[in-house]
Amino acid sequence: MGKQATRITVNGKPHARVVEARLTLADFLRHELGLTGTHLGCEHGVCGACTVLVDGRSARSCLIFAMQANGCEVITVEGLTPDRGLSVLQQAFMDNHGLQCGFCTPGMLITLTELLRDNADPTEQEVREALTGNLCRCTGYAGIVKAALDAAQRLRNGSGA
Amino acid sequence: MKPAPFDYHAPRQLKEAAELLATLPNAKILAGGQSLVPMMNFRYVIVDHLVDLGHVDDLRGIAVMDGRLRIGAMMRQRDLELSPEIARHCPLLAEALRHVGHRQTRNRGTIGGSLAHADPAAELPAVCAAYDAVVHVASIRGIRAVPFRDFSLGFMATALAPDEMIAAIELPIWRPGHGFGFHEFARRHGDFALAGAAALLDVGADNVVRRAALALFGVAEQPVRVDAAAAALTGKAIDSTAIQTAAATAWLIEPISDIHAGGEYRRHLAQVLSARALVDAARRAGVDV
Repeated sequence: MGKQATRITVNGKPHARVVEARLTLADFLRHELGLTGTHLGCEHGVCGACTVLVDGRSARSCLIFAMQANGCEVITVEGLTPDRGLSVLQQAFMDNHGLQCGFCTPGMLITLTELLRDNADPTEQEVREALTGNLCRCTGYAGIVKAALDAAQRLRNGSGA
Repeated sequence: MKPAPFDYHAPRQLKEAAELLATLPNAKILAGGQSLVPMMNFRYVIVDHLVDLGHVDDLRGIAVMDGRLRIGAMMRQRDLELSPEIARHCPLLAEALRHVGHRQTRNRGTIGGSLAHADPAAELPAVCAAYDAVVHVASIRGIRAVPFRDFSLGFMATALAPDEMIAAIELPIWRPGHGFGFHEFARRHGDFALAGAAALLDVGADNVVRRAALALFGVAEQPVRVDAAAAALTGKAIDSTAIQTAAATAWLIEPISDIHAGGEYRRHLAQVLSARALVDAARRAGVDV
């Protein structure tokens, strides 16, 4: 089983690697690039911890092969953070007890980044529906939903504070 | 939790994909990968070759022609969910798509992949059953058109031969102003449904039903068309009694029992959800029921 070449732009930086076809995008990010912010919980598309943006859309990186992402632009949780400090959403998670153990947090942040980009004023129900694909086994959903709504409001007010 | 090794192929032409599928031993199609890749990660599925259809432009696109809506097999579920053509011509499909998996899986999952996978609890096969869609199947022998009733053969079984792939799906466009309804019962949003119902109603200005269709999913080994319900409604004035009578014919299904729900419970759900889907369809057709 031969290896093949794939070129993936991750957080704005192009990377070219020769990989086994069976390498998932999640393992590509973690093992080839050392971007361990993307977490792997279940490796079969249920938990959502490995969610990244592929060409601007949320996707489970455990269900995409690195070869499929050839030519794609990928954003991981590392790519959400500005050079200094935290993103508005990350700060809202911190302020609203939106994370406990932190394992699900990268996937939650990516999913909510996409939601808030497309819907500046989501209802609580819309936030909860968006999060159905992300499991938090600390069961800290109340804080996560609160953080999402808080971040939406801060972004609408045009302030990062 | 890692797939067994395989070789990856990314054809750009439909013909090339068909040739790869016909010649490579133990090859499988990769569409959106939202069902296949979990099975590969668990090594329920072990392939020697994976033929990725993601770069085949011929398998994309939405077109309206001769009263039918043609959807390329590789159209992503999220793109269909947001498509104005689908919302306008086949609103039942748009409604059903909101129940398919999660946004993260709809961003990758395709309509062709869902039909080929043929999970009995999946929404898109049920919509195809309600419309009696035509599935266009491609191979090195050319393209053949298969009515959905002949395409769906049983539990995760379809009429696709090992060297065939879905190229497109055609849905008949119902008259503008027709009603549609879609209801499912799942323990959580995004879970596979224990039972669900998809309904279409074309009602005249005299409140008489010109045409009706009802399909159930999650209740049997494959989507079930409830033609008895359609027959009970067609040609008669519609009201809540007529809907309840029609929905009660869903009792005739032979439900499956499993760890998630017993057969009797599924039979009960089938009737309740059929009634709800038909009520929505009637209201959207402008009938006060």
